Amino acid sequence: MSDDFAIDVQGMTKRFGSLTAVDHVDLAVRAGEICGFLGPNGSGKTTFIRMLCGLLRAEEGRGTCLGYDVIRASETIKQHVGYMTQRFSFWEDLSIAENLDFVARMYFVKERRRAVRETLERLGLAERRNQLAGQLSGGWKQRLALAACMIHQPKLLLLDEPTAGVDPKARREFWEEIHRLAAQGLTFLIATHYMDEAERCHRLAFILRGRLLAQGSVADVVGQARLTTWSVAGPDLLTLAARLQRDPAVEQAVAFGNLLHVSGPDAAALERALAPFHTPPYKWRQVESGLEDVFIHFMSRAEGESS
Amino acid sequence: MKSILPSQSRPNVRFAEVHRAFSCRRFWAIVVKEFIQMRRDRLTFMMMISMPLMQLVLFGYAINSDPRHLPTGVLLADRGPQARTLLHALRNSSYLTFVREFRTEEEARAAIARGTVQFLVHIPESFTRDLLRGQRPAVLLEVDATDPGAVGNAVSAARTLLNRAIERDLQGPLAFPPAGPDPIDLRVHALYNPEGLTRYNIVPGLMGVVLTMTMIMITGLGITRERERGTMENLLSMPARPAEVLIGKIIPYILLGYIQVGLILGAAYGLFQVPMVGSLALLLTAGLVFILAHLAIGITFSTLAKNQLQAVQMAYFFFLPSIMLSGFMFPFRGMPRWAQCIGEVLPLTHFLRIVRGILLKGNGLAAIWRELWPIAVFAAVALVIGVKRYRRTLD
Repeated sequence: MSDDFAIDVQGMTKRFGSLTAVDHVDLAVRAGEICGFLGPNGSGKTTFIRMLCGLLRAEEGRGTCLGYDVIRASETIKQHVGYMTQRFSFWEDLSIAENLDFVARMYFVKERRRAVRETLERLGLAERRNQLAGQLSGGWKQRLALAACMIHQPKLLLLDEPTAGVDPKARREFWEEIHRLAAQGLTFLIATHYMDEAERCHRLAFILRGRLLAQGSVADVVGQARLTTWSVAGPDLLTLAARLQRDPAVEQAVAFGNLLHVSGPDAAALERALAPFHTPPYKWRQVESGLEDVFIHFMSRAEGESS
Repeated sequence: MKSILPSQSRPNVRFAEVHRAFSCRRFWAIVVKEFIQMRRDRLTFMMMISMPLMQLVLFGYAINSDPRHLPTGVLLADRGPQARTLLHALRNSSYLTFVREFRTEEEARAAIARGTVQFLVHIPESFTRDLLRGQRPAVLLEVDATDPGAVGNAVSAARTLLNRAIERDLQGPLAFPPAGPDPIDLRVHALYNPEGLTRYNIVPGLMGVVLTMTMIMITGLGITRERERGTMENLLSMPARPAEVLIGKIIPYILLGYIQVGLILGAAYGLFQVPMVGSLALLLTAGLVFILAHLAIGITFSTLAKNQLQAVQMAYFFFLPSIMLSGFMFPFRGMPRWAQCIGEVLPLTHFLRIVRGILLKGNGLAAIWRELWPIAVFAAVALVIGVKRYRRTLD
């Protein structure tokens, strides 16, 4: 494998008619890393993932996925990749065991019956093996889907919003499992909307309208944004937010419980804008910009560029 | 960022109407919504419009249960002038169309088995002599009666036609007394179905009709369902090749098709006493080609349909002309030329002839070949289109 990169692609591009869904995206993920893939709805995350696993043919681009040519060797890549779709996409009219058995057959899993049995036991679904997959609750469906796309022991897992609609406890367990697997050398590319999940990733890639805007660790991405954020406590913060937003130096003024977070890209200009309000009863404090502030910042900057 | 919620300063709701038992505004909102949804579902809308048009054209113009111009062959053993008169009369009739004269009995038999002629007129050697002696010569009219409804009118027309022609010919002293018996003794021999039982025609035909409907529908549904539920994406992300997916999906449907064939054959034999003269193995082989043709259409439809309902609608859309233009419901030769051309494209038309040919006439491969290859060509073309379109849906 080249330099231990599980994913190393450059210039990946896909167009649907006049729409460029993915526009020259470069991405490099080391083996054993968990890469969070962030971006608003419709930004091209799913399309990019589909190109990686050979479901869609890239129009431009080159590079390797698990050391195989990402364009030409898509059939080989499929064999070593696990792809978990955004929507539950296993057969609801097959039982849990039948679904696992089918997937195991498709990937030529050795000692298939044992692999299925062990997966069922690990999942804690051995007793419900004959239950139809369609009858499972959301959290169980997600666990089944993850187990099914790992039954052939892939080296790379592409998970498209795997925790949408899953309760917090199940989500935490899910992420613990991901970290355990990553420690064993598995690589993950996980599309998500949740900032707390993004912060659990080793590295992040932020994509917007098909273009990669930032890439790196959480600290790297936050640093690249060069955003200054102040937190303020006091009465009637909503009115304050409305007044602050009129100032061009203020990019965001967002309520966080009893606090208001005010951020802007230009630290000096922001301070000037806030100066008139540095009076009691308001209590100001400079804070580190959060990931969410950074993403809103990227999005509004891109909106500004396009309009 | 602008707020998406309305400002809460003043109520923007007509409270007076909220508790009404029937509100015209609410009712109208639903009407508008339904129209919008109807407009969005273009395919259903098109079907709703084209279905009555198609039925109008089919029933109004194409279908005629009194077929004319039925192809007729002649075995002429007597070359006298009165025999010529008969030939001439045949040429001028609107029910029978004289297509050829056969030299030998075998030649004539083969033509009627293949269905190239539907009537066969035997004019015996002694025809002119017997006629002139007033001995009422016997003329044999052999009829392919596999579809008794299609030939009934033509048989009675032939009787009148041939006798009138002779009466016109024999004037003066040779004239027959107008009130007496007919000058010739026309003996009608209904081949393959001597009692003229409609079920001999309908029951074998049902095999093709049932297969047409179910094979297209089941394939269309099977593939559309995978797409509708999102499982297709999962399937394609696995290392399965399109050919493996398609063939794998089709095999159980072929088996199902054979179960249907078995049921109908069983019922035809046990309940309806339909004769089975020909080879069942040949029938099952021809059936495979026919089933494949419809599975291929099903695949093509499934690449066009957005959901399972549309797949069913498309299956029905193909089924309607199949059942009407194939000769199942209405005699094929009763349709105008253009409708026959459409009918000749449809696999069901050819399959009906094959099934009736094998079961009732005992036809072999040589006799059914001219009906089998059009189905094979149709299947091949539909399969190429279906697979091409299927591959395109992946991207």
